[in-house]
Amino acid sequence: MASFAITEAATSAPAGSRRGAPRWLTAYLYILPATLIMAAITYWPILFQVYMSFTDYGLRNLRFDAPAANFVGLENFISLITNGVTVIPNFSFWGMLAFNLFWTFSNVIFHVTIGILIAVILNTPGLRFRGFYRAIFILPIVVPTLVVATVWRNMFDTDYGAINQGQGLAALGGIFGVTPDHFHIRWIDQIDPPIPGIPLPLSYFALLITNIWLGWPFMTIVATGALQSISREYYEAASIDGASGPQQFFHITLPLLRPAMIPAAMYGLIVTFNLFNLIYMVSGGGPLRQTEILVTTAFRLVNEQRLYGLAAAFGIYTMIILLVLTLLTNRITKATESYV
Amino acid sequence: MTLAVPRRRRAFFRAGWGKQLMLQALLIFISFTVLFPLVWVVSMSLDPRNISRPTELTLIPPGASLQAYQDVIERPTSNPVSLAQLAFNSFGLAAGVSLGSLGLGVLAAYAFSRFHFPARRALMIAIVAVLMVPSVAALAPLFVFLNKIQINSGDFSFNLRNSLLGVGLALTSGALPFAIWNLKGYIDTIPKELEEAASLDGASPTQTFFRIMLPLATPALAVTAFLGFLTGWTEFVMSWQFLTNPENFTLAMALWNITGQYAGNTPWSKFSAMAIIVALPVSVVYLSLQKYIVGGLTIGGVKG
Repeated sequence: MASFAITEAATSAPAGSRRGAPRWLTAYLYILPATLIMAAITYWPILFQVYMSFTDYGLRNLRFDAPAANFVGLENFISLITNGVTVIPNFSFWGMLAFNLFWTFSNVIFHVTIGILIAVILNTPGLRFRGFYRAIFILPIVVPTLVVATVWRNMFDTDYGAINQGQGLAALGGIFGVTPDHFHIRWIDQIDPPIPGIPLPLSYFALLITNIWLGWPFMTIVATGALQSISREYYEAASIDGASGPQQFFHITLPLLRPAMIPAAMYGLIVTFNLFNLIYMVSGGGPLRQTEILVTTAFRLVNEQRLYGLAAAFGIYTMIILLVLTLLTNRITKATESYV
Repeated sequence: MTLAVPRRRRAFFRAGWGKQLMLQALLIFISFTVLFPLVWVVSMSLDPRNISRPTELTLIPPGASLQAYQDVIERPTSNPVSLAQLAFNSFGLAAGVSLGSLGLGVLAAYAFSRFHFPARRALMIAIVAVLMVPSVAALAPLFVFLNKIQINSGDFSFNLRNSLLGVGLALTSGALPFAIWNLKGYIDTIPKELEEAASLDGASPTQTFFRIMLPLATPALAVTAFLGFLTGWTEFVMSWQFLTNPENFTLAMALWNITGQYAGNTPWSKFSAMAIIVALPVSVVYLSLQKYIVGGLTIGGVKG
């Protein structure tokens, strides 16, 4: 790992070139094409978004010769956070934000825990067929999320989905005495929370299962890399001192995995927070918008409601929330780096 | 030190028979959960009955055939568009995003890595800041902005928003921050001595860039190009929102079309065949590049 550490010194350029254009001018020429594209198609729309967010921009303003949209002040921003959006039933900004955060953290905790455990198992000395398992466990990473989402959506289908019809489930049913009724689980549509007292719909658990399948292999790869850089001698010394397996795990393995796992977890947090394809395609945000997250709502405001002004304001909220989340995770990452 | 450890102690680390069996059982179970959806979708795609009602799970359905693939190739959705057209659109979009973000990205990354110039840090921060903005959050203004670029003269009418070019430009711009950040990270690790030597021999910065830098950065270039390709190949949000002419539709849109449109009576075999057609090409390439991709991401992550 240390060999990859890059210092600022590596980026310092040699003193100015001896002929031709000054080096800074050359630098600008290199940067110009990328900057032009981004200025036109990324930065300008974001600026335009600020203007739009203060208007009632809608379908009628799209025509080429359409009049300018009406200025509505802070109305969009206020109605979003005070549940004033009536066009979408069951719209609750704060409820959605809370679910989005819970969704993110609950997933990443599973990803990291399972990822580390499987990496440790795979790293057991003398384990047979190690390469075979590693080859299989990479598969969820390489299949596009779009395909994963649509496949799992069909697997959770109430009548014809593989999950409900699984022979495996039938076998388990025999073991635990589950009646055939239970093979008709309405994974996506059931409104009553499956665990009384916890306001999480069954579709949350369906999404969780899907995303655990999708997410742990990446963490295993990161953890495996870190595990292989831990010197055997730590374990030998601990073993001579009489430390048990679990003691070695908690006092040697986990602390030494931290520097690699924390940044990976932070990356996972941002990815999971914005996991559009999975939510949109597996549960569609249902039932009753209970599993809707910010990015899927942003899409609906544009794609279904065509309320471009409101969507612009919503997008600005989303960016601010992500900015705060990114700064917080960066701070945690930096803090952990200096701690270790 | 290692030699001094008694053999009995060393044996402690090696998995004994019982432990080996237990771990193998556990790993086989985990492999089963990983493989289950993949095997399921392959099995469904081979089912000859094009069932709307798969009543049981079978590994290889009775009378397995490639009929579903043939159906999908002929008429993937209810729209009048062939699979060849969809694949052509997806490939064009993906290749455009890949080449665009790579070409523009490597130039910028080289400058950020090797040159000192005014506002270098501010520009880099401005570019990296966009990394955290999901494209959906800026969808409304992008839609309105691209929709304004229209040419209407006589029979000819063109709307940048409603074209693969528009979607491609938006995706390229969205892919650039990652391309620049990723390539800069890699170029930073390449020692400068070679370029300095070339410079002493009288090479211009441009010659140095093409003759020295690009060959050395090949692994990072390949990964960036592939991830750009993957972005275009699997993109859903913008194409779904922007494109309205079936002849511009992409494979990703058609896959969702098959899944979504029929709701309760998804044509399961066709859907499965389509899922495999979309996933297989990019999955195989990803598999061959995964060592570099995941390695690159973790290095970048650790670097912060």
